[in-house]
Amino acid sequence: MTDQPWRRDRPPVFPGVPAWGALTAGSPPEPFSLIPQPHVTPDWVWGGSDGSGARVCVLDSGVDQSHPRVGTVTTSVAVRTGTDGQLDIAECAGTDQAGHGTACAGIIRSVAPGVDLSSVRVLTDGKFGSGAALMAGLSWAIDQGYDVINLSLATTRPEFCATLHELADRAYFRRCILVASANNMPVLSYPWAFSSVVSVASHNESDPMAYYYNPSPPVDFYAMGVGVKVPVPGAGEMRLTGNSFAAPHMTGIIARVLAKHPYLTPFQLKTLLYLNARNVVELNRRSG
Amino acid sequence: MTEITPAGCEPRPRQNLTERQLLQSVVEVALRVFGAAASSVFLIDPETGELVFETVAGAGSSTLPGTRFPPGTGIAGLVAASGEPLLAENVAEVPQFARAMAIGTGYLPRSIMAAPLILQGECIGVMEILDHTPDPARDGMQDVELLALLAAHAALSVELLIRLDWLGGHRVPADSKATSQIALLQRIGVRLPAASEPLTTNVLRLLVTADQLLGTS
Repeated sequence: MTDQPWRRDRPPVFPGVPAWGALTAGSPPEPFSLIPQPHVTPDWVWGGSDGSGARVCVLDSGVDQSHPRVGTVTTSVAVRTGTDGQLDIAECAGTDQAGHGTACAGIIRSVAPGVDLSSVRVLTDGKFGSGAALMAGLSWAIDQGYDVINLSLATTRPEFCATLHELADRAYFRRCILVASANNMPVLSYPWAFSSVVSVASHNESDPMAYYYNPSPPVDFYAMGVGVKVPVPGAGEMRLTGNSFAAPHMTGIIARVLAKHPYLTPFQLKTLLYLNARNVVELNRRSG
Repeated sequence: MTEITPAGCEPRPRQNLTERQLLQSVVEVALRVFGAAASSVFLIDPETGELVFETVAGAGSSTLPGTRFPPGTGIAGLVAASGEPLLAENVAEVPQFARAMAIGTGYLPRSIMAAPLILQGECIGVMEILDHTPDPARDGMQDVELLALLAAHAALSVELLIRLDWLGGHRVPADSKATSQIALLQRIGVRLPAASEPLTTNVLRLLVTADQLLGTS
């Protein structure tokens, strides 16, 4: 048990080394030991579910609800600076200036067409970097009792780390799943690196339901993030590549699981996701 | 050209020649590495959030520098909003992008790769590559990672120049007493952006007093 992937040193993070993703196409996944649970199959976990009944929130730049690939957006709110200078949450138009949130919402809808989708705009004025807005929006979304919150964003400000950690733990205990994309820039960022969230980086295959377990954390799973067809605010589609677009695939899969098994705890959910990851299914079946 | 405000610093003077040369050199390298039609750096105007073409190599290099776009425009706006690098393909098929690109640049690319310039935890700009020639040895994700490396290099170089600016561009002299004085100022310069607001105010007050004393001596 000494050479297991999870016992390896955490990869060093320093300027010039991004890459949390994996090139799964064309290279066989690394084998590792596991406790078999062969009765837990993908069909049992999400088969027949389209996400109906699961409430999903996209914390991002807003969502353009007029795009046919997005469908109905139940609630659209934005973090704003109030008259007293404090951040508050206010209802807003279902629009998206930058297009990032609309792309994520379209992916979630394509994987889990039945989900109840809402949007919290925390990226304002087209400018990244407001960790305070991220925390205000996340805190609000956790209080609203969403089943899954998609976070295809992160803050690099270490001063927000402790508060974000508390929020991630609060979400975990309230059975609210935070799905966070790993940053593939050479910087430390949060909250994707916390163990209480489901962290996602990209693989380079083109199957939206294919995902892999990473036996060498901090990234939990690899999902489709290369050449993803996403809706563009206004009209049309574009193919985008980035970890931001891998996380919504995992969000959609999780919504399907929770819609079928609504009383799963976060630790049960992660176990089911693990057992049905493409590189684990075969090991699980063979071990059984 | 624009002014940028790194976190915790006073507004900087307009960019010096070295910074412009540095960014120009980065986009020239990127142009050749990716076999691209154009390579550019946008900086974000901290007052308005507008994206300003700072430097361009290849298509548009003579006309684009200085051109401003509203916050959230195009792929650069998407990257500035998310702080994440990405690759966008078939952009010419998206009417609103095609229109904006044609009006803004006169060049309609098939693909755009972009990565943020992160300086002290904030996105200060975006590096963009139009129509790169895909390398058969790399896939799309690896191209994006390579661009992120170049963008990180550019942002770190800008940060280094800012620190040199704080020292007035002086090189550390050979004299050991002067060397330790410069080292002291350098330590203050490095630590100041991370200090709390009241502490920053007090330290700046002391530095301004020191500056005034030296000015009258």
